[in-house]
Amino acid sequence: MNMTMTQKILAAHAGRTSVEAGELIQARLDLVLGNDVTAPLAIQEFRRAGGGGVFDPERIALVLDHFTPNKDIQAAELCRTVRKFAAEQGIVHFFGAGEVGIEHVLLPEKGLVGPGDAVIGADSHTCTYGALGAFSAGVGSTDLAAGMATGRCWFKVPRALRFILRGKPAEYVGGKDVILHLIGLIGVDGASYMSMEFGGPGMAGLSMADRFTMANMAIEAGAKNGIFPADETALDYARSHGASRMAVFEPDADAVYDKTIEIDMSALAPLVAFPHSPAGVRPAGEAGDIRLDQVVIGSCTNGRLEDLRTAAGILKGNKAAKGLRLIVIPGSPEVYLRAIEEGLVRIFIEAGAVVGPPTCGPCLGGHMGVLAEGERALATTNRNFKGRMGHPGSEVYLAGPAVAAASAVAGRITTPEAVTGGGRERKAE
Amino acid sequence: MKLRGKSHKYGNNVDTDVIIPARYLNTIDPAKLASHCLEDLDPRFAAAVEPGDMIVAGKNFGCGSSREHAPIAIRGSGVSCVIAADFARIFFRNAINTGLPILECPEAAREIRPGDELEVDLVTGTIADLSTGRSFAAKPFPAFILEIIRAGGLAGFLRDKAGEAGGEG
Repeated sequence: MNMTMTQKILAAHAGRTSVEAGELIQARLDLVLGNDVTAPLAIQEFRRAGGGGVFDPERIALVLDHFTPNKDIQAAELCRTVRKFAAEQGIVHFFGAGEVGIEHVLLPEKGLVGPGDAVIGADSHTCTYGALGAFSAGVGSTDLAAGMATGRCWFKVPRALRFILRGKPAEYVGGKDVILHLIGLIGVDGASYMSMEFGGPGMAGLSMADRFTMANMAIEAGAKNGIFPADETALDYARSHGASRMAVFEPDADAVYDKTIEIDMSALAPLVAFPHSPAGVRPAGEAGDIRLDQVVIGSCTNGRLEDLRTAAGILKGNKAAKGLRLIVIPGSPEVYLRAIEEGLVRIFIEAGAVVGPPTCGPCLGGHMGVLAEGERALATTNRNFKGRMGHPGSEVYLAGPAVAAASAVAGRITTPEAVTGGGRERKAE
Repeated sequence: MKLRGKSHKYGNNVDTDVIIPARYLNTIDPAKLASHCLEDLDPRFAAAVEPGDMIVAGKNFGCGSSREHAPIAIRGSGVSCVIAADFARIFFRNAINTGLPILECPEAAREIRPGDELEVDLVTGTIADLSTGRSFAAKPFPAFILEIIRAGGLAGFLRDKAGEAGGEG
């Protein structure tokens, strides 16, 4: 046997003892996901194909997180389409109104994904669940329709890249910086059609939030999925969030990888990806004089409690620069509540932030924080494509929550140390 | 399955946000989506494109979001085929599933000029540039994929199959 983690999970879900890269297989799905943008098309295709009932109303999750609270009449109609379908089909895991969280923050938190699962979602960032040792991949609406009808999906078994993580990241360096570094290294199509499989001794020092961030952005390198082996940290997370399935898959000792890349995380500085590519990575300290109109902290990439704590640690006692719009979006109702209980929301509001409801917000330029022509935002989101957050003549810079919070205070892109006055050294006093 | 039209040429990494910006994702109507197709990359495209025209682009076409609205917008605008050096994987699936013909051919993607008159044979994978007289060979799709494309996508294909099998469809 010489299979990668991904290949082993796919083999198990295809009822096979082994699979080979390049093979086309049909796999059983543990969970199928859609949202208010992609599910309406899927529901239309589900009906066009003659679909009667869904394969299992307990294994479909529908989350109205993109354009809610309904942003306009058309979005309201799309949400109603999904709501009616969910009611008609008896979908158990339907999330609307006050239950809405950003799907990729919400589903793991609700225990709906576990280690070893195979998941598809009509959202490209479905690859997030690889942090739990699951195979999960983004698909389009028609594949979602077929998945809802049959509980199966066909896949080309992917080849893989191996990333060995070593060292401990410095204080203000997190999962976002590691994955931006990797995307900068291999490019936006560096892992096209492949798995990005993470591992190595450095992994133990990464929190689940860091790992979710890294797996989340595998798609920005063109990957089919990103995955970590489920270690004790991941199993603890899965158990404490009530995941019902837990199967651990490690790569075979002789697993075949196209390339193995070693990363010393202790050597990384906080990074920023410049417009209009997630691979346009530079150290935040070498950004030059980039003045900002808006800073967004949130998203399926960096909207978890740990991210908000990092941002609050820098914003505490500080104010967002005059004229800069700071928007903070907790990733789920649970994250929001904890952020209130821990006093983080007070810190954000006192710093001048708007604290938004748990949704995708302005990440994709649809709603609640759209940019005007010529405006610049730094965001903890995942894409800085042209026009991503609003006007095609606006710009988005990507970074982690520490750089985002510091840059909000400075009004321009800067390092966390520039605002905290040295960070680690000061703490040590 | 022969297609004919002129080329609209773009570069590498044409992402789904420029193919159909998220501000227009509040609809699933192909005509409405088509009216904004490629708006942020080439604002003249929607008005200039004619039925049968083809998009020719470089590497990683359709990267980014999983929005199936992207191939629907392209097909809705009258484009008969997208030729690229290669495609991002979610877009690749979505194009086939929505009945948009696509061909991978790095040489054609490099050599075809903007505005060239093209003829594509989907069965053989032959791409003829009638303006320059050059011809390129892309790997053709297997028969079952061509059937999906003929049926206008996977849903239509499944419905047709159910009909052939004597089902209620």
